[in-house]
Amino acid sequence: MIEVKHLTKKYGDLVAVNDLNFKVEKGHIWGLLGPNAAGKTTTMRILTGYLPATDGQATVADFDVFEQPNDVKKVIGYLPESVPLYPEMTVTEYLGFVADIKQIPKAKKREAIEKTIVTSGLRSVRGRLIKNISRGYRQRVGIAQALIHDPRILILDEPTTGLDPAQIIEIRELIKSLKGERTIILSTHILAEVTQTCDGAVIINDGFLMASGSLEELTASFAVKKAGVHIRLRSASAEASALFKNMAGVKDVRPQDGGFTIEWSPGADLRDDVTRLVVEKDMGLLEMRPLGMNIEDLYLKIISGGMPQ
Amino acid sequence: MKNIWAVFKKETKCYFTSPVAYVVIFVFLILTGFFFHSLISWFNTQSMQMAQNPYYMQQININQMVYSPLFHNISIILLLVIPLLTMRLLAEEKKIKTDELLYTSPISVLQIILGKYLAALFVLFVMLALTGVYSLFTFAYGNPELPAILCGYLGLFLMGAAFMGVGLFFSSLTENQIVAAVLTFGSLLLFWILNWAAFSAGAFWKDTLNYLSFFQHFDDLTRGILDTSDLVYYASFAFFGLFLTHSVLQSRRWR
Repeated sequence: MIEVKHLTKKYGDLVAVNDLNFKVEKGHIWGLLGPNAAGKTTTMRILTGYLPATDGQATVADFDVFEQPNDVKKVIGYLPESVPLYPEMTVTEYLGFVADIKQIPKAKKREAIEKTIVTSGLRSVRGRLIKNISRGYRQRVGIAQALIHDPRILILDEPTTGLDPAQIIEIRELIKSLKGERTIILSTHILAEVTQTCDGAVIINDGFLMASGSLEELTASFAVKKAGVHIRLRSASAEASALFKNMAGVKDVRPQDGGFTIEWSPGADLRDDVTRLVVEKDMGLLEMRPLGMNIEDLYLKIISGGMPQ
Repeated sequence: MKNIWAVFKKETKCYFTSPVAYVVIFVFLILTGFFFHSLISWFNTQSMQMAQNPYYMQQININQMVYSPLFHNISIILLLVIPLLTMRLLAEEKKIKTDELLYTSPISVLQIILGKYLAALFVLFVMLALTGVYSLFTFAYGNPELPAILCGYLGLFLMGAAFMGVGLFFSSLTENQIVAAVLTFGSLLLFWILNWAAFSAGAFWKDTLNYLSFFQHFDDLTRGILDTSDLVYYASFAFFGLFLTHSVLQSRRWR
């Protein structure tokens, strides 16, 4: 549905996006993940036809963004980073204007506006001036604006920034509920957003593609295989350390924030034995989690420059 | 066409829901009303004096003595207020980032420009139409020539339309409304007084500068002389403004 090949964008000497390649299948929600200034907004602007690319190719719904911009514009709904609102209009007036320029036929216009107001949860503010509504509602109006013509593809640039935790959850639910027929690509610098709403992610940093794939693929291909556990104990004594070291199969024991990191040879699973020992010796188990890199470690490592491409 | 209408509707609503159009029209009417009043008073005393002399009686002409100077005065006021009407049109979209909505919608740059331009022309039309009230008085108490007056109004409208083309162009260059207004005003004034330089210029430059000056083309129209070359001048001026605006906005795609 969305495919990007060797996409490059330069602003003068500054390279914002460098040789980016990725593909999003129909019906999926993908996250464009990266720290601030990674090139996320630039990529989205290119996909929507707002900015031209310096080099490379981008296709959206089988239309080339550079050759057939008008066809692309008809099938996408786009929420830019700063929500494009006219403060002097009421919510309904604004959606009416958007419906007009998205070329919704007059007969269907009213219905489209009503439907979007309901799906985006804007009923209570529909008659108010946009300048007088809260940040959360403005964001919703932004999403409503992207949805009004029932586009096949949604491009959402940081849809949850500046919202409070409850609103973030609401918006995430809203985005998830839009899945199905639609292909959605959203950008964020928050990992949780991707793990909770997306099927896959494209991780970029400084304009370079760092990793891309479904969530499982990402964790699987990048996780460093390590067998072992972190445990946190009420009483982490040197005595306890010695006991763990003496267990059969244990390779290494290191003290770590009120507990130990216990490593064993790959293939073995000593979790039961560790637990038994802890209970027997009454060490007071507070926490136990497996070693190995999850997607969060991966992301942190990538954006701090620790991970090669 | 539908797209142009959508933009036109939005812009017109925007003019009339914010105080901008009301304030501009109000100030415009106060000033033109003042000019009309002074010209009529002067015309009254003049015609009273002239009535003493049968020779001068022939010379009394309300079109020449009231309307022609009135149109000149109005054109100066237009020079002042039109930059204020056009400065917002494109600069504001850029400032509040709504241009991103417009340029990612299936609507062409030309349609956006035309919608906005027509909305500005609409305000100009309303403004000029409201001054028509003055003519109720002149028709009630005198006998001016209607075609000459309409010709003057046509001149004002065309000149305003040309001004608006320039204003729209400068609005497309910046996201700062003040900058757009100042540049518009400055260049309009320059075109207005271009014929001053013609006095001391050589034959070729004299004609060129005279032709380019707003003033030169307007003078005939205020006196009821309808010359196609003047109409062509204003129309091409407006067209040139719109063309440059289109180029500026379109160039965004190649940068």
